[in-house]
Amino acid sequence: MADMRTPLNKVRGLGSARGGTEHFWRQRLTAVSNIPLIIFFIGFVAVYGGASYEEVRTALAQPMVAILIGFAFLSVLYHMRLGMQVIIEDYVHEEGWKIALIILNTFFPIVVGAIALYSLLRIAFGG
Amino acid sequence: MSKSTATRARPISPHLQIYRFTPTMTMSILHRITGGALYFGTLLFALWLLAAVGSREQFDFVNGLFGSILGRLVIFGYSWALIHHMLGGIRHLIWDTGHGLEKQTSRTIAITTLIGSIALTIVIWGAAWAIRGGL
Repeated sequence: MADMRTPLNKVRGLGSARGGTEHFWRQRLTAVSNIPLIIFFIGFVAVYGGASYEEVRTALAQPMVAILIGFAFLSVLYHMRLGMQVIIEDYVHEEGWKIALIILNTFFPIVVGAIALYSLLRIAFGG
Repeated sequence: MSKSTATRARPISPHLQIYRFTPTMTMSILHRITGGALYFGTLLFALWLLAAVGSREQFDFVNGLFGSILGRLVIFGYSWALIHHMLGGIRHLIWDTGHGLEKQTSRTIAITTLIGSIALTIVIWGAAWAIRGGL
């Protein structure tokens, strides 16, 4: 049978869902950026978990620490939103629930990110 | 004469509980479970940062929660889930290149990631404990 796709459609490579391989690619991209950021994060928690108020605030006020933890949050939150979207699509088949959870799946990382970045900036700028 | 396709017993797809658990299958399931748990756990660290913005009393209160037996168990479990998910992710990145997909190799890597994640978690907290003299 003849291919019904137009040449433009073929060259765009976006498929019927109009998303192409973007989800897959961003999952991998953030997976790669997560690795060094998470190694730093684990080290930070291992050293500063249980440390005093002053010690933790002094550490978080250092530029490199604040920047790396900020990036760790951004990378991880984007990555986990993609992952949870797949879990929802795999297990939730009722349309209303699925859409509601997909919406919540966008809100949750934004709320966590807002709390984390606000806190990091307040401490970094000495608030 | 054969029955119509609508009434003939159709082959049924075997469901999850039918299968014998293999290392790769177990790691695949664990990868998804740890990913789901890590998702919600990010809120804990964000709240810890928020506590550091507040007063000393607020920070000590949150630190006290994390320092309790339950808090320590959650953090220990969380760090294992994080390391396990990371090693599993590296395994997936290797697979993305087309390497390590042979039956025996993928099985070996799967077992290695599980043992590696448990070992690394113990080593990291052991080192932290040794340096700080207790959590």
